[in-house]
Amino acid sequence: MSLRIVVCVKYVPDATGDRKFADDLTVDRDDVDGLLSELDEYAVEQALQIAEEADDAEVTVLTVGPEDAKDALRKALSMGADKAVHVEDDDLHGTDVMGTSLVLAKAIEKTGYDIVIAGMASTDGTMGVLPAILAERLGVPQVTLLSEVSVEDGVVKGRRDGDTASEQLEASLPAVVSVTDQSGEARYPSFKGIMAAKKKPVESLELDDLDIDADEVGLAGAWTAVDSAAERPARTAGTIVKDEGEGGKQLAEFLAGQKFI
Amino acid sequence: MAEILVYVDHVDGAVRKPTLELLTLARRIGDPVAVALGNGAADTAAVLAEHGAVKVLTADAPEFTEYLVVPKVDALQAAHDSVSAAGSLAAVLVPSSAEGKEIAARLAVRIGSGLITDAVDLEAGDEGPVATQSAFAASFTTKSRVSKGTPVITVKPNSAPVEAAPAAGAVEALAVSFGALATGTKVTARTPRESTGRPELTEAAIVVSGGRGVNGAENFGIIEALADSLGAAVGASRAAVDAGWYPHSNQVGQTGKSVSPQLYIASGISGAIQHRAGMQTSKTIVAINKDAEAPIFDLVDYGVVGDLFDVVPQLTEEVKSRKG
Ligand SMILES: Cc1cc2nc3c(=O)[nH]c(=O)nc-3n(C[C@H](O)[C@H](O)[C@H](O)COP(=O)(O)OP(=O)(O)OC[C@H]3O[C@@H](n4cnc5c(N)ncnc54)[C@H](O)[C@@H]3O)c2cc1C
Ligand SMILES: Cc1cc2nc3c(=O)[nH]c(=O)nc-3n(C[C@H](O)[C@H](O)[C@H](O)COP(=O)(O)OP(=O)(O)OC[C@H]3O[C@@H](n4cnc5c(N)ncnc54)[C@H](O)[C@@H]3O)c2cc1C
Repeated sequence: MSLRIVVCVKYVPDATGDRKFADDLTVDRDDVDGLLSELDEYAVEQALQIAEEADDAEVTVLTVGPEDAKDALRKALSMGADKAVHVEDDDLHGTDVMGTSLVLAKAIEKTGYDIVIAGMASTDGTMGVLPAILAERLGVPQVTLLSEVSVEDGVVKGRRDGDTASEQLEASLPAVVSVTDQSGEARYPSFKGIMAAKKKPVESLELDDLDIDADEVGLAGAWTAVDSAAERPARTAGTIVKDEGEGGKQLAEFLAGQKFI
Repeated sequence: MAEILVYVDHVDGAVRKPTLELLTLARRIGDPVAVALGNGAADTAAVLAEHGAVKVLTADAPEFTEYLVVPKVDALQAAHDSVSAAGSLAAVLVPSSAEGKEIAARLAVRIGSGLITDAVDLEAGDEGPVATQSAFAASFTTKSRVSKGTPVITVKPNSAPVEAAPAAGAVEALAVSFGALATGTKVTARTPRESTGRPELTEAAIVVSGGRGVNGAENFGIIEALADSLGAAVGASRAAVDAGWYPHSNQVGQTGKSVSPQLYIASGISGAIQHRAGMQTSKTIVAINKDAEAPIFDLVDYGVVGDLFDVVPQLTEEVKSRKG
């Protein structure tokens, strides 16, 4: 039987661009180019590797996001994923992590899965919690923040490097996995991959298709509220000196003045 | 007064500093009730009481070490249920470690509550606790609230001072029954991280970091020597880590540790956005870089344009001689 792998990928504003908030305090997605969250490329890579190791596997990439989020799906398809699912609905604007995870969980159940793979964190919200919430909602093991992952005989194994220890983990499928940027460099799409991606199926789903009410998601349905967002004041220009033999001593003088020495 | 659950991060009974900081923040909102789990849980009570815990709920079971995350969620949920049944629970606070965030997140879904992660400050508000967060690599500061359920909030290290505030700290055993998911992910082996004797990166008051400019594992000795002269932790950029010059556990940045020390010294680091995401909230920033155009200089309070192989050892010598 085919191994069904679903990869969650997020479409995010480019971190090197001028990211900001819109008037309603949601992320401004109009003035900054978007792309596939770089950390999700690692998830796609591990999914493809697991699929290559399996006798028979299918990799579906899934995103919840606006129209443009198709770009993220195309990128993942051009890397080698087989098909894509795009949940897109005007009512999704402003959804928080609880709403997003609800939508993803329902879409994953609808698609069917043996293993769900996500990135360690998005590069915009950077909460790093969505995979754990998905495991809770789906009622399956979470095998998260892996820097090494393998799947064999219906068991997923991996290494999790924590604050105080490095752990080896093991769980039976179905399971939710997340991988870090230490899990292995992501491949670049080949020209052939890019051409092939154009022909791969992208299924579009709306909230109705997932039996989710509009008031469960969106800004109004969020369980959190942002009251204000202020741009951090530019730092006052610091003192910059050129080392002409005394740079270290000058720096020590500064540190002493600040009472660090 | 309403009670605040505070999840205790400890290693065999030794409470880690971020938890004591949480107690300071918790006292702004209500009476802290600490939840300590696993080996040595009861040993945490004295220090928690000294810092304001009115009660310490403890539980130990092999499940906490043998399985990932979920047993701790079951226990925190049990604490949540018992405290909210007995009175009013105003919030659940958890340190923002990778594991802490996952525990908080799963608890939040279970109890139907909104979640805020990586708060850098917390205060009481008319509609519940107000959390300050840094967004987009710390280029924005937001204030947010949880609008549904009991607020579940994770807080970054170094967000508040540790303050003594003696309280009762009565120890009570917490009854936990593990659900079916608790044993889903088995921890088959665990290798503790070796202590370097230096302060923990996220907790340190001073962090000295090296980047690609350090140019080799063998040269990290000069970064370490500076760190030791200042009693600092050592950090590294991803470029240095990827090159194998320093362990990944010391990486500062978006996918490494996020630090917020009193003083951050970057040597041979250009200041890419992903690095800045992890250190931009440092109080004082210093950089040594031979390229005057390096973006890190936009952030600094003091910068030296120069070769780190000249500047860093001279600085180290000067620090040592001033400290006598
Ligand atoms: C600056 C900022 C602050 C925010 N703060 C909060 C907050 O405090 N509380 C809150 O509830 N919400 C918050 N949000 C909203 C939240 O980030 C989104 O709802 C989001 O989709 C889930 O969180 P994340 O992107 O941080 O996910 P993470 O948990 O960081 O993402 C981990 C992985 O989950 C997958 N994933 C995440 N989102 C999607 C998606 N839309 N489609 C497919 N896969 C996905 C990806 O694989 C990703 O790598 C914030 C958003 C921003 C931009
Ligand atoms: C998804 C993603 C996540 C990432 N996460 C992180 C992260 O967590 N942390 C992180 O750091 N990066 C991260 N990065 C990488 C980041 O984009 C940069 O590539 C990295 O920070 C560069 O490291 P660096 O500054 O050491 O190297 P470089 O950018 O190569 O800079 C080296 C600097 O050293 C200076 N230099 C060289 N020799 C000397 C000398 N002798 N004396 C003084 N100065 C010298 C040079 O002038 C230069 O400015 C991430 C990237 C991506 C895409």
